[in-house]
Amino acid sequence: MEWTSSLIVPQDSIKSNWLIPAPPKVLSRQLCVSSALHRKNLAAAGPEKFSEEFIKKQVEEYNIGKRHLANIMGEDPETFTQQDIDRSIAYLFPSGLFDKRARPLMKVRPEFLPGQLKSVQWGADGRPFHFLFYTGKQSYYSLMHDTVAKVLAAEKQQVLLLSEGPVPQDTKPISLVGSRWLLKEELEELLVETISDHDYARFIQLMERLLSLPNCLSEKDFVQRYRKQLEIQSSKQQVAPLQYDENGVAYSTADGRRKTATCTVLLRDCGSGSISINGRDYLHYFPVLQDREQLMFPFHFLDMLGRFDGQCTVGGGGRSSQAGALRLAISRAMLSFLSEGQVESMRQAGLLTPDPRVKERKKPGQEGARRKFTWKKR
Amino acid sequence: MWRACQSERHLGQYYTLPTSHLHTIFPHGLPARYQQQVKTFNEGCVMVRQPALELISYLKAADYSKPAVRYLLYGLKGSGKTMSLCHTIHYCSTQGWLVLHIPDAHLWVKNCKELLPSSYHTSRFDQPIEASNWLRNFRTTNERFLSKIKLRQRYTWTKRESTEKGSPLGELVDMGVSRVKSSSDVVGAVLKELRLQAAETEESEGFRLAVAIDGVNSLWGRTTIKKEDKSPVAPEELTLIHNLRKMIDNNWCGGAVIATLSQTGSLYSPSSAYLPKELLGEEGFDSMDPFIPVPVSNYSEKEFESCYLYYLDRHWLQHPHSENEGKKEIIFLSNRNPSVLERLCAFL
Repeated sequence: MEWTSSLIVPQDSIKSNWLIPAPPKVLSRQLCVSSALHRKNLAAAGPEKFSEEFIKKQVEEYNIGKRHLANIMGEDPETFTQQDIDRSIAYLFPSGLFDKRARPLMKVRPEFLPGQLKSVQWGADGRPFHFLFYTGKQSYYSLMHDTVAKVLAAEKQQVLLLSEGPVPQDTKPISLVGSRWLLKEELEELLVETISDHDYARFIQLMERLLSLPNCLSEKDFVQRYRKQLEIQSSKQQVAPLQYDENGVAYSTADGRRKTATCTVLLRDCGSGSISINGRDYLHYFPVLQDREQLMFPFHFLDMLGRFDGQCTVGGGGRSSQAGALRLAISRAMLSFLSEGQVESMRQAGLLTPDPRVKERKKPGQEGARRKFTWKKR
Repeated sequence: MWRACQSERHLGQYYTLPTSHLHTIFPHGLPARYQQQVKTFNEGCVMVRQPALELISYLKAADYSKPAVRYLLYGLKGSGKTMSLCHTIHYCSTQGWLVLHIPDAHLWVKNCKELLPSSYHTSRFDQPIEASNWLRNFRTTNERFLSKIKLRQRYTWTKRESTEKGSPLGELVDMGVSRVKSSSDVVGAVLKELRLQAAETEESEGFRLAVAIDGVNSLWGRTTIKKEDKSPVAPEELTLIHNLRKMIDNNWCGGAVIATLSQTGSLYSPSSAYLPKELLGEEGFDSMDPFIPVPVSNYSEKEFESCYLYYLDRHWLQHPHSENEGKKEIIFLSNRNPSVLERLCAFL
C-alpha cells in the first residue's frame, strides 16, 4: 500500500474522536503528480509516522485477534504466548513458501512495541502536543528543563536555610556507589530520541551540578531513574567447597586454560611447597625463570608460599601458555581455601580472569593476520 | 683451615680454601661459575655437605691393600656433584695423596680440533691439545710427586727420543708438554706408571692415588668427533679414553676412583636423565660395576639457610626485601637447587 506524503491520519477518526468543528482540510489534495515526483517526495518524508490512536488501535486489534485465535485452537486465552500464536498460524495456514518471511504472520509491528517509535506528536489541527516540540528533541529538552527547575529550587531552598542561620547540614548526599550514569545509548533508548554527544555531556554535567547541591536528597528518585546499578562482580564467582581425603588433608582441584594449553591442578594443604607437573619436578619442567614466576604469583599474592603441595597435569600449547594455564588453575583451586575478601582481591588482581587472547586468523590477501604482502609501487 | 677434621657437626657450614691451594690443586677443576664467584668474593668458600662427608668417611675407612674402590656421585642437574668432588679432592691432597683430576671428560670426546692417528697403535687416534693441557695442569697439581716417583720402564717416543728407566716422572711430563705430538702417549704412560706404583705401601715411598673424573659417562657414550671420511669415532678409538678406562678398572690397589655423572656436557642423552643406569649405558654400567653410588640432592633446609646467610654476609643480595619476604620467593623459584639459586641471586 502506498502511503502518500501527507499526514497519515485515517479519515474516520477526525469525525469520531475529536469534538472540534471540522477543521480545514489538511489532507493534501491529490495532485496530478508524475511518478517521479512521487518517489522524490516519498524519500523526503522520512520514516512513517503513526498517531498514538492508530498504534493503540492496532495493538487492541492484535490482542482481540489473539484471544479469538486461542478460542479457535481451544486453548486458554490468558496464557496464549507469541510462540503459541506462531504455532497456531503455521497449523491453520500451512505454507509451502521457502522464504520464512513470506509466510503468514500474526505479530505486533516491532515499531509499535512500547518505546520503539514516536507516534505523531501533533493533533488534528497540526498543533503539537508538547511545548518544546519545535526544538526537535522534545523529550531531551523537557528533561533538561525539569532538571534545571529542580536545581533552581534546591538553590532557592539553600539560600532560605542560610538566611535562617548557619544550621549544620545533616543531609547526606545521595550515595552514588554501586551505580553509574546511563550511557548515551541507554539514554537515547529511554527518551526514544537521538541525542548528540554534546547533548549527553551537557545532561551529565547538569546532573552532577544537581548532586553537588546539599539539599538534593528529595530528588533521589529522580536521579536514580538515570543511574544504573552495577552488579557486584565477585558474587558471580562460584567457589567449590573444600574436600578432605583419607588422612584429613584438605585438597581441591581446578582446571585452567590459556591459548590451547589445558591443565588440571590438585592442591593439597600440606606443609611442603613442592609442585610436580606431569610427574616431573617443576624446576625441571620449567627451566625458564619467567614460567616459574608465573606459577609463584598466586601463592605469593596470598602469602601462602610454602603451604601447598601441588600435583598438576598439563598438555598442549607452548611453555608460556602452559604456565599461564597453570596459574589460572592454581588460583581457582585456591579459592576454596580463602575468605570473601581475599577472593575479591584475587579477582581484582586479575588472577581469576581467563586470558581471552588467541591466535588471530590469517586473512586471504595478506601474509599473516596483520602483515600485508610487500607493497610494490609498480 | 679445617683440613681433616670435618665431621658431621660441621654440616652446612662453610670453610675457606686457602688461595695457594686454589691455584695448585684446582687449576682446572672448579666449575666456571664457582670460579667467577671466587674471583668476586676474593675467597673460595665451600659448604660442607652430606655427600662429600660420606665420601671422605669411606675414604678414611677403606682398606688400601685391596683393589681400588669406585665411588660414583650422581644427582639432578646443578645439585652440587662437581663441588662435592672438588671438596673430596681437596681433602685427598691435604692428606698427601696424588690426585689425578680430569675436570671434564666430556671435553675429550667433543670439539676436537686436531686428531692425529696414534703412533703407538694404528687404529687409535690422539688428541694432542687436550692431552698437553691436561699434563700441564697435572704438573701444577702434583709438583712434589714429580721428582719422587721414578719410572719403571723405558719409553721410546721416536727413533731419537726416549725416556730412561729410573728417571723422575717430572721429566716425562715435561716431555709430554713440550712434545705435543706424543702427549697422548705420555698421558698413557703416566697413568700406567701411577697405577703400578700406587700399589706399594707407604713405607716404601708409595702414595695413595685418587683418580677423580668428572663426567665419567662420556667414556662409554658416543663422540661427536669424526674421522676424515665423516664416519664417527667410537670412544675406544681415542687413546686418552682408552687409557682412562684402564684406570677405572679395579685391577690396581692403593687408591680410589671417584667419579661424577654429568648430563650437562654429555652427548646424545636426554636432559631428564640423571641416574647411573641411564647415563652410563649398558657398557659403562658393566665396567663400573661394582661401585658405591653417592646421591647428591638439592640443598636441605639447613643448607639452604646457610647458603643464604653466606650470600647475605658477603652483601651479595642487595635487594631490601632479601632479609625476610624475598627468602620464601627464592626458595620457591629455585626449589633449593644450588646452581639455580646461585644464578637467581646473581642479579638480586
